[in-house]
Amino acid sequence: MKLIKAIEAEQIKDGKLNFKVGDTVRVHFKIVEGKTERIQVFEGLCIAMKRDGLKRTFTVRKISYGVGVERIFPVNSPRIQKIEVVRYGRVRRAKLYYIRDRVGKAAKVAELIKRKPQKKQPSEGVEKVEEA
Amino acid sequence: MLALIGRKLGMTQIFDENGILTPVTVVQVEPNVVVGQRTIEKNGYSAVILGAHAMKKSRVKKPYAGQFPDGIEPTRYLMEVRDFEKDTSVGEKLGVELFEGIRFVDVKGTTKGKGYQGVMKRHGFRGGRKTHGSKFHRAGGSTGQAAWPSKVLKGTKMAGRMGGTSATVQNLELVRVDKEKQVLLIRGAVPGRNKGKVVVMKSKKK
Repeated sequence: MKLIKAIEAEQIKDGKLNFKVGDTVRVHFKIVEGKTERIQVFEGLCIAMKRDGLKRTFTVRKISYGVGVERIFPVNSPRIQKIEVVRYGRVRRAKLYYIRDRVGKAAKVAELIKRKPQKKQPSEGVEKVEEA
Repeated sequence: MLALIGRKLGMTQIFDENGILTPVTVVQVEPNVVVGQRTIEKNGYSAVILGAHAMKKSRVKKPYAGQFPDGIEPTRYLMEVRDFEKDTSVGEKLGVELFEGIRFVDVKGTTKGKGYQGVMKRHGFRGGRKTHGSKFHRAGGSTGQAAWPSKVLKGTKMAGRMGGTSATVQNLELVRVDKEKQVLLIRGAVPGRNKGKVVVMKSKKK
């Protein structure tokens, strides 16, 4: 087990995530097509996080042309360039799967106006997490 | 043929240079000692005897300890590898370096014991309908004919003990050879429980 942990530790990114479930985030994801590379931005609501060391992931949901689209990103993927937080949400649940059954205004998450003073205040909603 | 005795540690995943996730099994290789050699002149075939997992001499029975030449500690596992592709000498220790440059491997292990299982799980029988008045669900059905042969033929698939047998998975990609940790990362799953003994061989077909 120690060896597996060591192999995983090499790939785990340093630093904390700058967002939580309920926040609206913009994920800058690197797409490799043959020889060309480009950055694709996926913006949506973070509805779930799974914590398991290297296998840590988060799910982002957005409505694209009227169709709900969900994407699961591995937190430690080197293809994630950066994650911006667009809006902080106030939620009381760790998994927001109920959003899937709701349409329009009912699918909204209340904005978190004031966050309790933290040691590190995220600055202006936009913060670079960690470079790949 | 090239082969090493290893220990399955478990599974994890790794990112490649393009950031694509690959599921891998981690196989730890403790130094494999060349315990002996079989030669065509003496034995009629050529092979290398590998041992892994050293034990104290006082812990093994004398007849077993006698298999090992002087100066070599008895090992828990012993294996003959036919037509070993590398020149070796008795007492030499082999590590994961043996597999450098090799892309595909076969892995042999002992599958997890599943206990007494029915024919659906054990042999993939389809079973019957669950509803609509069906009275035939998971049973095996007929096991043969009547007047001839008047007996159940040997080898007929029936319920029984499943698992705990030797199994080989072929053509698994060798993703990484970690010399520092003496670990092989093999794409996909390999037979057996964690901490179980596995034999990693150079792939036969690729």
